[in-house]
Amino acid sequence: MLTQNIRKVGRAFLLAVLVILILPTCPPSASASEVPASHASIPVAGATIGSTPTPDTKKATYPPAPKLTTADYPRITGVNSRVTVWLVAQLHLWFGAFVLAVPMFVFIIEAIGMATRDERYDSMAFEFMKVSIIAYSLTALLGGLLTFVLVLLYPDLFKYLATIFRGSMFAYALLFFAESAILYIYYYGWHWLQGGNKKWVHLTLGLLLNSVGCLLMFLANAWTTFMMSPAAVDAAGVFNGDTWAAIHNFLWNPINVHRVVANIAFGGSIIGAYAAFKFLSAKNNGERAHYDWIGYNANFIAIAALLPLPFAGYYLTAELYAYSQQMGITLMGGVFAWIFIIQAVLIGALFLSANYYLWCGMGRSEGAYRYNAKIKYIAIVLVAAFMVWFTPHTLVLTNAELKSLGGPYHEYLGVLGIMPAKNTAVNFLIIFTFISFMLYRRANKIPTVSWATTGNAIQIALFAVGLINITVLGVYYGYFTNTVYKVASSIPQVLTTLIIIISSTVVEAFMYKGAKEVAPLQWGRMSNRSQYALFLLAVAFTWLMGLMGYVRSSIRQHWHVSNVFRDNSPDAYTPDLGYAATIVSIGTILFMVMVIFIFWLSAINSRRTVVKEYWKHKHDQHH
Amino acid sequence: MINIIKVSTFSLVVIGGFWGFSNFGIPQIKPALPPIEEKLDLGTLTMDEFIALGNKIFNGKGNCTLCHNTMGRAPMLDRIGTVSIDRLNDPLYKGEANTVEGYLYESLTKPSAFVVSGYGKSGSNDTESPMPDVTGGGIGLNDIELAAVIAYLQDSGGAEVTVSIPEVSRGNSEIPVAEQAPSLKTAEEVIAKYACGTCHTIAGQTGEIGPNLTSIGKTRNKDYLRQSILDPEAIIAEGYKGGMMPVIYGDEMNAKELELLVNYLASLE
Repeated sequence: MLTQNIRKVGRAFLLAVLVILILPTCPPSASASEVPASHASIPVAGATIGSTPTPDTKKATYPPAPKLTTADYPRITGVNSRVTVWLVAQLHLWFGAFVLAVPMFVFIIEAIGMATRDERYDSMAFEFMKVSIIAYSLTALLGGLLTFVLVLLYPDLFKYLATIFRGSMFAYALLFFAESAILYIYYYGWHWLQGGNKKWVHLTLGLLLNSVGCLLMFLANAWTTFMMSPAAVDAAGVFNGDTWAAIHNFLWNPINVHRVVANIAFGGSIIGAYAAFKFLSAKNNGERAHYDWIGYNANFIAIAALLPLPFAGYYLTAELYAYSQQMGITLMGGVFAWIFIIQAVLIGALFLSANYYLWCGMGRSEGAYRYNAKIKYIAIVLVAAFMVWFTPHTLVLTNAELKSLGGPYHEYLGVLGIMPAKNTAVNFLIIFTFISFMLYRRANKIPTVSWATTGNAIQIALFAVGLINITVLGVYYGYFTNTVYKVASSIPQVLTTLIIIISSTVVEAFMYKGAKEVAPLQWGRMSNRSQYALFLLAVAFTWLMGLMGYVRSSIRQHWHVSNVFRDNSPDAYTPDLGYAATIVSIGTILFMVMVIFIFWLSAINSRRTVVKEYWKHKHDQHH
Repeated sequence: MINIIKVSTFSLVVIGGFWGFSNFGIPQIKPALPPIEEKLDLGTLTMDEFIALGNKIFNGKGNCTLCHNTMGRAPMLDRIGTVSIDRLNDPLYKGEANTVEGYLYESLTKPSAFVVSGYGKSGSNDTESPMPDVTGGGIGLNDIELAAVIAYLQDSGGAEVTVSIPEVSRGNSEIPVAEQAPSLKTAEEVIAKYACGTCHTIAGQTGEIGPNLTSIGKTRNKDYLRQSILDPEAIIAEGYKGGMMPVIYGDEMNAKELELLVNYLASLE
């Protein structure tokens, strides 16, 4: 009964999220997807971009986009306007992503605790919220600061966007109050709302908290995406739609999906860093075991969300191309193409550290020796896949480099630089990470079903056929078709990976149902070194988010709002990657300092200093 | 406290690693500066200069070479003058033009009027072009720029140039042209600016229209190379026909850029 109810709540939550995501694709206004993409980016005098303007006789009139000159941008001596807004917005986004993601998996963990009646889940969920609640006030502070610096340094841009979004700004403020109220009741009422119906009330509060949090993020995303793919504006930037048209612009949903998935991965990684910090600071084995368990779960959440993230990225990029081929090519084929080499390094670091942590985790199990020998092969494949992904294609070379290379491409490695080779590599990376996870899960179990050998054979066949299919697709499309079809392998490759993961998970679930435990897991039996893998995960995620934020914003080039509101500030030029990396690094350091401060706060919160002869005792006072 | 120091140091090392790779592990390419408004005296322009302006817009502000290059994203336009006639007579043609000039104008402003087979938007069965209207959006060419690009396409695509320099706008007219490029410091930047790799295999680009230049220094000296840039028709390389390379570089390149390029080419052995 309880399990059924949990399922119902879970379904309701999923339904709520789905409705929020699907609604935008429904009438009343013409969906952005109905508008020919090439036309969506074309402001023709008097015509409208994107969504069809909603006929409205009482419609408010909006001013055209201001034509600014350099003098229109307030300058404050010693303050670089762009860097200030960049850093504050990025910090706000990091904290926002964290505090929105944590309640999502806290909701699931709380539900698991209710279903299994295992109190460890409930206390873990509460501990996650404890970290997030401090971050929540920092998010709000940074949000206020962002508004302040926007108004101060880019008043015309803020005014233009605020005029278009005035209908939703009020709702945003109300939702923010609702979010705060629900969050405080949810957190401070955690131990009060325990058992029976009270626990259900608490879980429902979690659902509400997530729904309001998602809505808040979607509203904030609307501003960002409107700046990239403005809807219902004419060539002069005159907005002639309703608030919904502005919100529901072409790239809104792709960004929403991408951010929800990325936030969960990011949130998981930050909690993982928290657990690692506490593990390293643990005073006894009990604490080590507790934080090892939390670190494992946080890493699981981060990796579970990391695996589908490339697919959400594909979707976003495909939609970006569909909206504007010019924007897509600027992203993938122009100066930003190099960013994907940096991204490869970062994601490679993420995958390698996540796998390393899983392998270290096998030390908790007595049965892991059965799989130890296989780990080195997984490591070899992961490194090889990473190297392929990392191999650049076209390089601007100096004469000396050209001479030593013997031509523009390397004789052997040149063939690995193209997209199908990279797609193949990333699918291998995902599948072998999944294998690491499967081996970790199996390490402490022995299947009891009679068909275990057959099940294993099916799984091996599934992986073998899938990997061959991915390789053949990559080789065929990469080297035996012309340029136009080279990326056609990506979708069937991704589908193959998904099929492998889903099918083998199903087989695994049935095969290990009722499996015997080799021995109780030895939580806490982890090296200190393994905890740094969790920290690497958090730092790499944070830096990667900052970097991709830079590129997402930069593909607008010299426009505040793509093609309708030009940026004429002294900082209208696109900064190069080195400069961007410096700003992102500064931002990451600031973020990590704040995060470590939060970890420290949570540590001192549980400390008690016993002082003798400081406080008056009652009998002293009586005297 | 020791753990705070340890994890902070570790985080700093990781961030430093990412920062170092981004700054020293990959080449630093400066993105082009935003286009600027600049005054141009159309009254004194000759047709060659007008065509040269079209070339500049084609390779710069128009963003045409983002897709119309040897990568196969969009059809090459080197024979556009001759193939336009065939397209006007094609049953799939949906436009209203009846001259090459009209066809080019239509292709630039209503790209879906005719979609070359295999180059349509995915799923459109070649009925819809992925190309934007170049008079709008981020490209935003004005009438004068549009006419200049058409003149350039006619000239480079083997057709008679029928476009006239717009009469109405003669005199001082504000016209945004290309990018305000910073002073170039390396031959690679010169090659990138003038898109040499669109036609030649050079500096990592694999153009196939012109001769491969990866070891040109072995067989050609600096004088020959300088002449080939300034007056490409003076000597036509064996196996290639004349009239392919734009004759505009003498007007467009400054002395520093020319010498950077010549020295670079001469050193390719």
